[in-house]
Amino acid sequence: MTATVSPQRHKPSAWERFFKSGREDSPFKRIVIHAVLIACCIIAVYPVLRVFSVSIRPGDRLLSTSLAIIPEDATFEAYRTVLIEKEFPVWLWNSIAITTSTAIVGVILASSSAYAFSRWRFPGRRPSLVFLLSTQMLPAPMMMVPIYILALKLGLTQTYRGLVIAYSITSVPFSIWILKGYYDTIPHELEEAALIDGVSRLSAFWRIILPLSTPALAIVFLFSFMTAWNDYLLARVMIASERSLWTWVLGVRDFQSQFQTQWGLFSAASILVSIPVMALFLYSSKWLISGLTLGSVKG
Amino acid sequence: MEFLTLDVILNSLGEVGSTVLYIFVGTVILEVVVYFLWRPLEVFSRLIGRMLSPLGNAIRHVISTLLLVGVLVFTVASVSVGVEQPPPPWAPYWPLAVVAFLVGAFVSPTAPKIFHWQMRLPYMLFAPALVGLLVLVIYPLLWELNVSFTNLNPRHFKSPDFVGLQNYIEVFTAPVLKQVTFFPVFLRTILWTVINIAFHVTGGMALALLLNRKLRLKGLYRTLLVFPWAIPQPVACLAWRGEFHFEYGFVNIMLQRLGLPAVQWMTSPTWNFAAMCITNIWLGIPFMMVILLGGLQSIAGEYYEAAEIDGASGWQQFWNVTIPLLQPILTPAIILGTVWTFTNFNVPFFINQNELETSDTLVTALFRSAFQYFNLGDAAAFAFVNFGILLVFAILYIRATGGLKGATE
Repeated sequence: MTATVSPQRHKPSAWERFFKSGREDSPFKRIVIHAVLIACCIIAVYPVLRVFSVSIRPGDRLLSTSLAIIPEDATFEAYRTVLIEKEFPVWLWNSIAITTSTAIVGVILASSSAYAFSRWRFPGRRPSLVFLLSTQMLPAPMMMVPIYILALKLGLTQTYRGLVIAYSITSVPFSIWILKGYYDTIPHELEEAALIDGVSRLSAFWRIILPLSTPALAIVFLFSFMTAWNDYLLARVMIASERSLWTWVLGVRDFQSQFQTQWGLFSAASILVSIPVMALFLYSSKWLISGLTLGSVKG
Repeated sequence: MEFLTLDVILNSLGEVGSTVLYIFVGTVILEVVVYFLWRPLEVFSRLIGRMLSPLGNAIRHVISTLLLVGVLVFTVASVSVGVEQPPPPWAPYWPLAVVAFLVGAFVSPTAPKIFHWQMRLPYMLFAPALVGLLVLVIYPLLWELNVSFTNLNPRHFKSPDFVGLQNYIEVFTAPVLKQVTFFPVFLRTILWTVINIAFHVTGGMALALLLNRKLRLKGLYRTLLVFPWAIPQPVACLAWRGEFHFEYGFVNIMLQRLGLPAVQWMTSPTWNFAAMCITNIWLGIPFMMVILLGGLQSIAGEYYEAAEIDGASGWQQFWNVTIPLLQPILTPAIILGTVWTFTNFNVPFFINQNELETSDTLVTALFRSAFQYFNLGDAAAFAFVNFGILLVFAILYIRATGGLKGATE
């Protein structure tokens, strides 16, 4: 009988569940938290929406003091111009080709080096780690002239090849640090068990460590990708004079920096280049947190 | 004017693909060579070690250090500065330097430890990245070091002279740009870094704390809040530059709707600097938020339960539980954030676009000095001063917090 006597559980409505999901917060506090977060989200997203808004404005009203996101007579004219009448598709393709291969090379180089730093105490290890960290402190413009001269001597200016090599090496130090931190959290016993079973060290790395490090590898891929995708300086130094080799950054800046900024073209192009990266970013965001922080938690 | 035809696609795919393939094949060859070279090197270094053992370790250390430093000086002095400049007269003696390097390496008492056969795997794995770093980081550094002692500038482009430490002295005594001297730029960069990091850390921490609560729509908020990080940086910077337009940018439109006067974001030095800061704060908060959120999620709930039983208030819990337990994440995040903000090029460059010298940070001043005024000698010295400042900061910070002790062990 006791079971039926127990007080009737109040069935929460959807509205109540929305506001009462927290364990300890009062409804008022929860409303404040939601309000703050919504305000922050608006600040985070509004400038991006503005770019989109300009990109769908008709050409004669690009400059307006309206704050509305969707203009009255929205048009995709600017996208058509950018995709069909300009070299933009070539630039976008250049960026994709360069960036993807950079990220692949970067992951290959960093994943094996990081394993060496994580599992062996070899002479020179500590100085090398400090050196890798200190490369992050080199101001980027400092390296441009010598790299350009080197590329000139090797005949790598105005080529994709020079850019791929340079980008993949610049992202390696940071990638090694991230991956080393992640490998450190994987117990040594896993490999030792495999070694006892007669598996070689390298195949243990290939078959055990790498599959377990997928989140960190995804992060490293993403970081290398972003470094190359967003770079302006090196691209300007290496391929500026060959318009057909331009990456999208050079092109988009060209839209903006001519005597009259072509706002419509600039915005449409910006939206087009942001979509793939944002998709990649949001897709990998589930690994982002674990890949970035796991290494540093355990140290 | 070129269009994206199949031809263009195949061409670039061929070039890019062959590059990846070459790098991959080169990596494998290098690794195999290192792997099979280690055993003979071990035998050789043991032999040398046995022969030199009467000398004693201290003397061997001194000899090897002297030889290696000598080789380094020789290398720096031999890196030719200009493209058309003839090599220096001592350059043909490079085989001597190679011999000196090898002798220096094998005389050192640590040689048998380096060439121990068990160490062949780590060196083999690190070798490809090391070669890349030698070519693309060490070589440029040596070049810069060499140039920083010369007067390489538009007036002496073909035949720069050795000027000793003059460039380093001039960094502090002469204007680094046309009108600006070093210390205002330096102070502005410090201010820029401090303002940005303060906002990044507090903002990121506040959002992370909010998102770490039990909350509806958490995933949606997190996705939206990551937007500024996900959008390509040049796009964000250029878009913000547009939004700081006096008449048509939304910042001024909003200010006017609120009844405030419009601001000269692009021409007033103070407001231009403020515009740079606003942009970078907007860009940088998500990174801190994601990092700190990860850290918060790794803190077990029991700590808070224990603190609550002891009667700690929310504020006390934050300072006495959250902050100490976040330290292993907070310290590297702050170091990285500081270094990245200090050396940030995109934001100051794209917002200001090399117009106001009064908005330059050290990095954009460096760019302007090298690429606009072509004072490469001065710029090189300036760059090393920059690098030194940052290195000193990082070392002091790491010492003070013991932050990376765990990471390099």
